[in-house]
Amino acid sequence: MHEMTIAVGLIELAEEQAKAAGATRINTLDVEIGALAGVEIEALSFCYEAARRGTMCDVAELNIIALEGRGRCSECGEERAADFHVAFCPDCGRGLEILQGRELRLRSLNVD
Amino acid sequence: MCDTCGCSQPADAVTFRKPGDDGHHHHHHHGDGHHHHHDHGHGHHHHHDHDHDHHHDHEHGHDHGSRVVQVEQDLLARNQGLAMRNRGWFEAKGILALNLVSSPGSGKTSLLERTIADLRGEIPMSVVEGDQQTLNDADRIAATGAPVLQVNTGHGCHLDAEMIRRATKELEPADGSVLMIENVGNLVCPALFDLGEAAKVVIISVTEGHDKPEKYPTMFAAADLCLINKTDLLPYVDFDVDACEAHARRVNPRLEFVRVSARTGEGLDGWYDWLRARRAAVGAE
Repeated sequence: MHEMTIAVGLIELAEEQAKAAGATRINTLDVEIGALAGVEIEALSFCYEAARRGTMCDVAELNIIALEGRGRCSECGEERAADFHVAFCPDCGRGLEILQGRELRLRSLNVD
Repeated sequence: MCDTCGCSQPADAVTFRKPGDDGHHHHHHHGDGHHHHHDHGHGHHHHHDHDHDHHHDHEHGHDHGSRVVQVEQDLLARNQGLAMRNRGWFEAKGILALNLVSSPGSGKTSLLERTIADLRGEIPMSVVEGDQQTLNDADRIAATGAPVLQVNTGHGCHLDAEMIRRATKELEPADGSVLMIENVGNLVCPALFDLGEAAKVVIISVTEGHDKPEKYPTMFAAADLCLINKTDLLPYVDFDVDACEAHARRVNPRLEFVRVSARTGEGLDGWYDWLRARRAAVGAE
């Protein structure tokens, strides 16, 4: 359950950023989770619910933006779906250079 | 409650202990801190259904003074930053730090006991033992004479860079030595947390399934070396070593393999040669 560590880190980062912006309350957190990031979205949501009590995120909604894995074939240059870090072009069999899907990022906060 | 001294240390707190500590000298340290104990007693619970699509208009939707703060920060950035600090510290001291990862029961501790004994006098070694509970593994390492620190992660499923920073501060590994970090037995979570190690060594035993590299690809993708342990048991199990290596190469074409038996000593020379080469690469003798 590394999602708990990530949820706690997310809340700490959000609090830090909100305080730095002079906010008193966090309404929503927009978080990008890539399909190749090794994080289960359901588990992260569950851990977030547990970890946010008594923090500035107490009533803040977690808005998860799921990003699918995408890569570019080093041979034909086509963009393809990637379901793992190591993925291959279905046409020419060459390795894909991963373009998207490794994200695990707090994009923005909505604050008061 | 603390499992050693019965003090009110919560079971999920991270502790750092050396064998022989009487239990009241251990450090009541919370690795990632201050978030465990927010008990405010206001029992309101918020249940949001996160499954449906939220379309908030963040720019204009809140007309009571709400605003958007752009953050764009990686959630593992803090761990990553600490890991880089550890890495710099290891490099400056010529210490080869290795992160040993596997499922529980692959024989990591036995392998370490044997390695420390066989290379005594040649390579100074110290060990950080990561487990959820108990000093058992640290006691076994202490019996070999190597300096060891046990990190109990409580409910945590992995070591992180901050735990290693604390542990190395306590352990004070010698310049030019090898620091073996035995991670919590788990092939999933430790893959995500860089500790500042020079390399990850993944250990699989022949009593497991040879398709494990395909079932848990992230760890095999992150490792530099794969030790296939308990080869003395091969006559009694259906484990196909060649198939296991082929599976692992599919997720990580640059992965190296050494087949060993920590019990009989078979194949350990290959592991020791790898250690010597890596050690030379970080500038130790």
